[in-house]
Amino acid sequence: MKLKKEYFEDVKFFRNRASAFWAMVLILTLVSFPFLFKTYYLSILNLMALNVIVALGLNILVGNTGQISLGHAGFVAIGAYTTAFLLQVGIPFVFTLILAGLITALVGAFLGIPSLRLEGPYLAIVTLGFGLAVMVIIGRMDVFGGRMGMSIPRIKLGWTGLKYDEALYYVFLLITIFMIFFAQNILKSRIGRAFSAIRDSDIAASVIGINLSYYKTLSFAISAFFAGIAGCLWALYLQFLTPGAFTLMMSVLSLATVVLGGLGSVTGSVLGAVVMTFLNLQLDKIVDLPVIGDLISGFSNAFMNPSGIANIKWVLTGLILIAVILFEPLGINGLWIRVKRYWRLWPF
Amino acid sequence: MITQLLINSLVAGSIYALIALAMNLIYKASEIPNFAQGEMSMFSTYITFLLLTTFGYPFSIALTGTLLFAFLLGFIFEFLFIRRAKEPNLLGFIIITLGFQLVLFGLAGWKFGSDQRTFSLPFSETEILIRTESFVLTEHNLASIIIAIFVMAGLYILLNHTKLGLAMRASQQNVKAAKFNGIPTDRILGISFGISSVVGAIAGILVAPVATLDPTMMWDPLIKGFAAAVLGSLESLPGAVIGGLLLGLVENLFGYYVSLEFKSIVAFGIIMLVLFVRPSGLFQKHYIRKV
Repeated sequence: MKLKKEYFEDVKFFRNRASAFWAMVLILTLVSFPFLFKTYYLSILNLMALNVIVALGLNILVGNTGQISLGHAGFVAIGAYTTAFLLQVGIPFVFTLILAGLITALVGAFLGIPSLRLEGPYLAIVTLGFGLAVMVIIGRMDVFGGRMGMSIPRIKLGWTGLKYDEALYYVFLLITIFMIFFAQNILKSRIGRAFSAIRDSDIAASVIGINLSYYKTLSFAISAFFAGIAGCLWALYLQFLTPGAFTLMMSVLSLATVVLGGLGSVTGSVLGAVVMTFLNLQLDKIVDLPVIGDLISGFSNAFMNPSGIANIKWVLTGLILIAVILFEPLGINGLWIRVKRYWRLWPF
Repeated sequence: MITQLLINSLVAGSIYALIALAMNLIYKASEIPNFAQGEMSMFSTYITFLLLTTFGYPFSIALTGTLLFAFLLGFIFEFLFIRRAKEPNLLGFIIITLGFQLVLFGLAGWKFGSDQRTFSLPFSETEILIRTESFVLTEHNLASIIIAIFVMAGLYILLNHTKLGLAMRASQQNVKAAKFNGIPTDRILGISFGISSVVGAIAGILVAPVATLDPTMMWDPLIKGFAAAVLGSLESLPGAVIGGLLLGLVENLFGYYVSLEFKSIVAFGIIMLVLFVRPSGLFQKHYIRKV
């Protein structure tokens, strides 16, 4: 087995040529996607891109720093509503995107302050309360259209010479790739290692000279920055915002995404978000499946309420979450690592 | 008016206190914040509804059936999922409880539909017991308070004056030492989950007539109950009761005197303030953690 000998090898972005090659293939496929498939699939990919960004941010907080957040929908909402407001005022999209991220990061840093003294369930309840409070407050503010919601103007993408949907897809793709690079680089820097030290033992980390209050606040801020960027894209994706869009369920599902993908790994966040989004869309159509669908609808008609069959989605999502924790606590990424190790060491 | 506010906050507070007690029972025993608590209560309440309305049993049988079901639900949850967790840590447990919550939420929606049902108990929420110029007391109000007091007293007796309670307290304090002394700590944990689920189910039955019965019924009470538990400290059962009552009081006073719109989030403002001063809740003396 090849071992790392230098520091540079540890902080390299791609582990080897093969992984760089496959990453390039993936990016090229995604770039040529609009020319190959229907526009409907573009909207699914956009949704995946959004969830990837939220998951990246949440994973930095939960997986790498070991803090718990049950209020990430609140951050996404702040990003989305900032975007809506700034775009209506007439500020160009690039600045809106950055501002949405920065303002959300500021709120995140503010929420990070109580996290200095709290942990575990106590932190969970504070973040949960934050997520709910944001939605109630936004729902009452007339600037944001109150409960009626507000529509988001389309951004100017005519200069690209593409259809709006396709141009928007490229915007999403570009931002997502950039955010993946950003997350990976943060985690491989001094900051990322400080986060991991805090996760493993915060007292030990402070003993070796890591400023706990600085890094915990920073972790919240970075995580919120990602959520703010994702919120900005949500606003563009939905084109119409209502406070009901950012519920507690969204926070829970984001956390579920991170756990499903694999805690503390960028690959895990990406995989988790892609799989979770796909499942969320496909489980709605489970009744249309050839054999299982008939079984389920038969069971449903016999014992359950046929009108409630859409709820099977929640049952399956819940079971998947429980199964992940029971059988593979590191999620899809952990599974992937195990498969790789198995083949590398093969006859043994 | 102030009397009426006090009555309302006492009623709301008793329900919060019951949910907080249910959370604390589990937290003390296993350090797991059980996010599935609300859905477990909701599901048990649906069982009451099923027994009462669909099968037409009298209330006493329906109640017994429900409490039995709730106990089994908690016990089976612990047995099937919590006990099987590999390399358990706090986040893992939180995810398991959230997953179980989703499962129960989905099952309830699937079985009973997401339409709201009306639910009637022997003590009706519209039947007025006492009416004076300053306040109105309904049967349901009085029943909620009395039942909450009964449950609290029952828990106190169970924990402090029975063999089971002694075993529960022993395994809360030190699992290994309890095991060495011959206490089947796994089974005791399962029973703790069961008892907590029963307490939650009672809270659910009390909530159901006020908020209509639907799968999202317990979301708000659960969060408030959790908040109350955190307010009073997750480690202390009297803390849970006082936290619940305090939360009910503050919420109702705030809702009347300041703003009804922000009533639902004032709880979190207060909790943030309290936790800022006392990070482990009001009734926790000191906080020790091993490195």
